[in-house]
Amino acid sequence: MELLISVMVGVMIATGTYLMLARNVLRFIFGLILISNAANLMIFVAGRLTPESPPLIPDGADVPPDIVANALPQALVLTAIVIGFGLFAFALTLVYRGYQSMGTLMSDEMRLAEPEEDRQ
Amino acid sequence: MMNSLILNAATRLLVALLLLFSIYMLLRGHNLPGGGFIGGLIGATGFVLYAIAHGCSATRAALRVEPQSIAMVGLGVALAAGVFAVFFGDALFTGQWLFLGATEDDYGLPLSSVLVFDIGVYLVVFGSILTIVLALEEEV
Amino acid sequence: MAEAAGEVPRAAGGPAGWISILIPAAIFVWLVQFVPAIASGEVILWAYDWVPSLDIRLSVILDGLSLTFALLISGIGALVTLYSARYLGNHPEYPRFVLYLMAFMFGMLGLVLADNLIALFVFWEVTTISSYLLIGFNSDEAKSRRSALQALLVTGTGGLALLAGIIMLGNVAGSFELSVILSQGDMIRAHPLYAPIVILFLAGAFTKSAQFPFHFWLPNAMAAPTPVSAYLHSATMVKAGVFLMARMNPAIGGTDLWFWTLTIAGGFTAVFASILAMRQTDIKQVLAYTTLMALGTLTLFIGAGTSDAIKAMMLFLVVHSLYKAALFLMIGIVDHATGTREAEVLRGLGRKMPVTAVAAVVAAVSMAGIPPLVGFIGKEFLYKAGLELDQGMFWVTGAAFAASALMFAVAGIVALRPFFGKLAETPKPAHEGPVMMLTGPLVLAGLSLYFGLFPDTIEAWLVAPGTWAVYGDPTVSVDLYLFREVNAAFILSLVTFATGAVIYAIHRPLRNWLGRVFEANPIKFDPGWDQVLDGLKALAAWQTRHLQSGVLQRYLFTVFATLGVAVGLTIWARDALAFDLDLSSELDGLLFKHWAVLIFVAAGSILTALTSSRMTAIVCLGVVGIGVALIFIMFSAPDVAITQLLVETLVVVLVAVAMLKLPHLDLPGRRDKRPWHGVLSIGVGVVSSAVLIAVMQGDIDRRLTDYFEITSWPEAYGRNIVNVILVDFRALDTFGEIAVVVVAALAAYALLRGTHYKKPVAAKEDEA
Repeated sequence: MELLISVMVGVMIATGTYLMLARNVLRFIFGLILISNAANLMIFVAGRLTPESPPLIPDGADVPPDIVANALPQALVLTAIVIGFGLFAFALTLVYRGYQSMGTLMSDEMRLAEPEEDRQ
Repeated sequence: MMNSLILNAATRLLVALLLLFSIYMLLRGHNLPGGGFIGGLIGATGFVLYAIAHGCSATRAALRVEPQSIAMVGLGVALAAGVFAVFFGDALFTGQWLFLGATEDDYGLPLSSVLVFDIGVYLVVFGSILTIVLALEEEV
Repeated sequence: MAEAAGEVPRAAGGPAGWISILIPAAIFVWLVQFVPAIASGEVILWAYDWVPSLDIRLSVILDGLSLTFALLISGIGALVTLYSARYLGNHPEYPRFVLYLMAFMFGMLGLVLADNLIALFVFWEVTTISSYLLIGFNSDEAKSRRSALQALLVTGTGGLALLAGIIMLGNVAGSFELSVILSQGDMIRAHPLYAPIVILFLAGAFTKSAQFPFHFWLPNAMAAPTPVSAYLHSATMVKAGVFLMARMNPAIGGTDLWFWTLTIAGGFTAVFASILAMRQTDIKQVLAYTTLMALGTLTLFIGAGTSDAIKAMMLFLVVHSLYKAALFLMIGIVDHATGTREAEVLRGLGRKMPVTAVAAVVAAVSMAGIPPLVGFIGKEFLYKAGLELDQGMFWVTGAAFAASALMFAVAGIVALRPFFGKLAETPKPAHEGPVMMLTGPLVLAGLSLYFGLFPDTIEAWLVAPGTWAVYGDPTVSVDLYLFREVNAAFILSLVTFATGAVIYAIHRPLRNWLGRVFEANPIKFDPGWDQVLDGLKALAAWQTRHLQSGVLQRYLFTVFATLGVAVGLTIWARDALAFDLDLSSELDGLLFKHWAVLIFVAAGSILTALTSSRMTAIVCLGVVGIGVALIFIMFSAPDVAITQLLVETLVVVLVAVAMLKLPHLDLPGRRDKRPWHGVLSIGVGVVSSAVLIAVMQGDIDRRLTDYFEITSWPEAYGRNIVNVILVDFRALDTFGEIAVVVVAALAAYALLRGTHYKKPVAAKEDEA
């Protein structure tokens, strides 16, 4: 499964990259979402995959059973998901606001701060 | 805002249930799946649903407090929970525990600065998400 | 500046003035108590751990060298602040001036007292920055700003070189502590990195001390108010470079490289600066060039490196600080009183300004090296040390001789001639300066005389301990005297006086002739500096034009291409994928649910990338998000899976809300086709997969996880390890992360609600 998930993560990153390279910033945001998901998965998978044994300590025991999923990457990924959401929300409002004031979603047409005529 | 009678009626109940569930998830988080992040997300989802059904001003009225204030208060609570440990000579963010009615084999009812910290996380996530969603919805 | 120093002063500059005078005075008095201990050969060390993890300690070394410098800095500092309180006390920006001056003084004290090279560098930069502020104090004048920037850039660039040198030296010596490094001289000199270290250190020292070819900034720095020139550009800051060379001498000195670099640069600077000084008529400029000469001489003798040369250097260091600070302060008084600094205009001031004249004459006689002033002893010992050199005797002695002869003439021109003869017309009628301004020059001139008459005192207090520190040997005996016998050095002194007198006699034709020579000379440093700056600006503009196109797509292309190539090459170079692929075990136990998730996520991603429909894209993103959540569930991460599901829901809600007011993805009839981006994206994807596969082949370090598993319940009383990590073990991290979430929310809120926008003139695309 590890190998196949690795390939799948590669597909997600490839499509995310392709989307982020687009002119339309809405596509850029789609790419951002895909790449955050892929990055979270990467961290998670790198901590190894353990089916059906969540990192919980059963009642009455002091330590978890012998085979238990790696809790550390899970903790990292959990906060990363929430932060990724914050980043996404901010990027989306930026795009939204940019469209309102500039009337375009094309990144190369958004030239309010660096007008074309300034740079010969 | 959607004008659907069924949705309108159902959301009132649903929001209350989701809010209750979110607090349940928050409190059980230390021993079972859950915690401040998940609790906050569930709570926020409830109010997002409410906003879709009843509109933003109704949601703000239902919240009573500005969501960004909730987020800031949450951050303050989390920080206070961390600084709390300093008064006991421990390093910043060291958990402080009080076990009510503890016996030989039972910890009793545990109260801890860690739980306060998780409540702070809950409030931050809850407030932040509602800040963004409400602002964006009002804008559109 | 003349108006600034108004007629009715605010009482000594107000509180700022008194504080600024008392601080250096107190430091001076406090430091004096260490003189006996240091004079008896003690070295006082004191340390405080500042950044222990980087081996940066705030440690102090008090030996002869640092004590000499610290006494000069605080002592002259007290006199200069006293002087400034009167000179600038009524300036509206006087408190700002005092602040800069104090910052500078602390930087300088820290620099000379630091025992840790990193701390030394920090203080070095403090002096650079505060001197920038001080030179540019008259910030409404373009000339001041230019000079300040020039000084900052030249010394700042040198500072960067010094930092590189410090880091190399620290690695070679295994410590940044000077007290450790200084005892490892032999090892450092034999190290292959020795030459680069020396060059980098000297780049720092030469720029700071304005050695040729970096000399041009110092005369320009005279745009600063006169007390600053007296303090920074004669007595203290420019000597920081000299200090550095002296300080490092036991560790990196004594080789041929060191000897020839220092003697050639120092000797050349000394002679060249003396000649340039002859050219000037503005007395402050003349003094600036003679300062260069003194710095050159000091460098020359540090380079010469014998115990006699170091002795002579230490003595000359003190001698020069005393007379040069006095002369700078004197010219400030004269300028203040008469409104001019032109050597050609000022004549016969002695009758109108007798006290100033006395101080000026004593200082000038010391500068000329005439007995019984301490300047004479300084010159005698320079000659004595030069004549006894085995290597480079003629060069060192010759440079010292030429510079001294010219100094003799210059002393006459700037400090004797203006006070004698018939009183000449000046822009303002000449009058005696105020007491507060006269104190400095008088005290300094008095010390020049006192040390000349009683050389034993300066020998025991400062020169001998300083020599021990710089030479790295506390057994060297130092014996200063005014006159003992007629020897080669004494005869050379007499020849110097004669030559100097001749130069003085012909100084006007000489000045005119020099003026013509330098006019004809094609190499000019100051305009050259402007050309260098212009070139730099052109280069910056060129690279901005080419690298910073302002097009997001190109930036991202560069970023992703770099990522793909760099990581790909690393994997290839390390053979990270060289392992046997066991497909059967990989496919073993794979159930339908696994295949379904894999295919849904991959297909969803691809469809998002290819579709032109916003609705399809949102649905596909949702599918991907839920697929990822399913993977978390299947592999035992319930907390993560719940979070992922909830966040995914919110993402879809937000995108759907925003979409109501956003246009279609593509213009009608124009599909999004970018084959080159496709190639790059596939490359980046392949590299990412390869990284992950390579990671999975290695062993996993579970130490942290094990620790969390073992302690989660017994110590943190939590059965959900993930949650315990979040809110207890790594609570500080989590706190930082929720702070980020709050900031993102507030930023988005401010963007949506807090800003006003003008409606787009004409929306370019149709609404949805």
